Amino acid sequence: MEEITLNRDEQGEILPTIQNFYKFCGHGRLMALKCIECEKLIIPPRIICPKCSSSRFKWIQLSGKGKLRTFSFIHIAPKQFSSQAPYIIGIVKLEEGLSLSGRIIVDKDVKIEIGMDLIVEFEDAVSAGWPQWPRYYFRLAKVMNQ
Amino acid sequence: MTEKPLAAIISAGLSKFGKLDGLSAREIFAYAAKEAFEKCPNLDPKKDVKGLYLGHMSESAEHQGHTGPMVADWIGLNPMPAVRFENACASSGVALRCGIQAIKSGFADVIMVGGVEKLTHLATSDATEYLALSADNFFEQWHGFTFPGLFALIARAHMHEYDTTGEHLAMIAVKNHHNGSLNPKAQMQKEITIEQAMTSRVVASPLKLFDCSLISDGASCVILTKPELAKRFSDNPIYIKGSGQASDTIGLYERDDLTSLNAVALAAREAYEMSGMKPKDIDVAEVHDCFTIAELIISEDVGFCKKGDGGKLVQSGDTAIGGNIPINTSGGLKSKGHPVGATGVAQAYEIFLQLTGQAGARQVNDAEIGLTLNLGGHGSTAVAHVYSNTI
Repeated sequence: MEEITLNRDEQGEILPTIQNFYKFCGHGRLMALKCIECEKLIIPPRIICPKCSSSRFKWIQLSGKGKLRTFSFIHIAPKQFSSQAPYIIGIVKLEEGLSLSGRIIVDKDVKIEIGMDLIVEFEDAVSAGWPQWPRYYFRLAKVMNQ
Repeated sequence: MTEKPLAAIISAGLSKFGKLDGLSAREIFAYAAKEAFEKCPNLDPKKDVKGLYLGHMSESAEHQGHTGPMVADWIGLNPMPAVRFENACASSGVALRCGIQAIKSGFADVIMVGGVEKLTHLATSDATEYLALSADNFFEQWHGFTFPGLFALIARAHMHEYDTTGEHLAMIAVKNHHNGSLNPKAQMQKEITIEQAMTSRVVASPLKLFDCSLISDGASCVILTKPELAKRFSDNPIYIKGSGQASDTIGLYERDDLTSLNAVALAAREAYEMSGMKPKDIDVAEVHDCFTIAELIISEDVGFCKKGDGGKLVQSGDTAIGGNIPINTSGGLKSKGHPVGATGVAQAYEIFLQLTGQAGARQVNDAEIGLTLNLGGHGSTAVAHVYSNTI
């Protein structure tokens, strides 16, 4: 993948944008914001802190580990995903306490259960159409440990 | 019953819901408006109606934007101001609340509020994709999340936390299909069995086909006026006593509790407090059953039962016509149909019929107080209204 340049403001700070979140994914990093005023962790990034309305953040890297909160097997999919159906979607509670939605990609014989340990991974290529970002997804944590 | 009403509904109209071949959105709306005008002979639409607030979501379906003035033009309301509201499936619920604000503020004496959607000419996959627009694209749809999928995530969490089962969800589908079979304007006027619902194909586990509402064309409208002017236009108006609206995260994943819809609880609380009513005062309710799980959770969050008991509530029969708190006597989105932009005001239309004794075979005995709860997306918007047939 060609080098991905993060968008920065005039002072050189990395902008707290969704595009930068996905650009970090292209670097293999799952990143969140930490509000400098109230210390709230925020994912996806926002220009204004939803807790204290501050606009001062630092980016921090998350471990990418988490537990499955809920899931569904999608049998009827939109056109661009229909060749992959049935596939699994879920919401994952990350170690740091934040939650994120995403695809759960596991071998067919794996039994999916609420509470199971997952870890984030990143697609090598960017999406075919707009917005042309690399996607993240989750897979079984133990597969990663091998 | 001490609170002064916010506004009165003096008439209401509803088009047939379903696949309305040969009719475009503006024409479908005109049929709803025609009914409302004909039911209210003391109203001169061209002279009295001072504006149109229209709920409408899908400008791409007909490649037609600017739908507020378009619809106003087609029903002869020019040159009165016309505005379109878009809050996903809560578009006309929000339009209703804003119409009430226009009346209450004194900006207008009479306002028409309604909604319309034309969707059935689209391929199912295109309509499904369109309906998913109301979630968080960059973190949900773009990752392959569908709308049934998002409500499936909610259903799974509720089943995990409480004793909710697929059979409870099927009971909601069966009840609403029964009610729809009594509604001549419903899209699917036929009964189904628990077995049919339980064995229907999986759309997004644990939700099956019969857990999902329909893709529909349709339109709805009500005519609002000041409470003190209501009797000038109608002998049996109903009164809106409370209105509540709240928002929640655009992404489902950010919510701490996936088994509850916080915006619903907040909107309902606001409407109850404004009206001086409590959940036990409600005689009939129309709530947003875009999926069966939505009705189940809303019935908890508006206070008809304790949190987690939504399954037991439907099982008890209390939400059927003849029960303590009949829900979705119209057939709901499940059986009457779900022309997205029309849905919020279609709920108000049903309450208008119920509180004025015009609901025919599905009439709830002695219905005096009604509630509507209209949801946008997976609960990023919720709008609640409380109605009474006495001032």
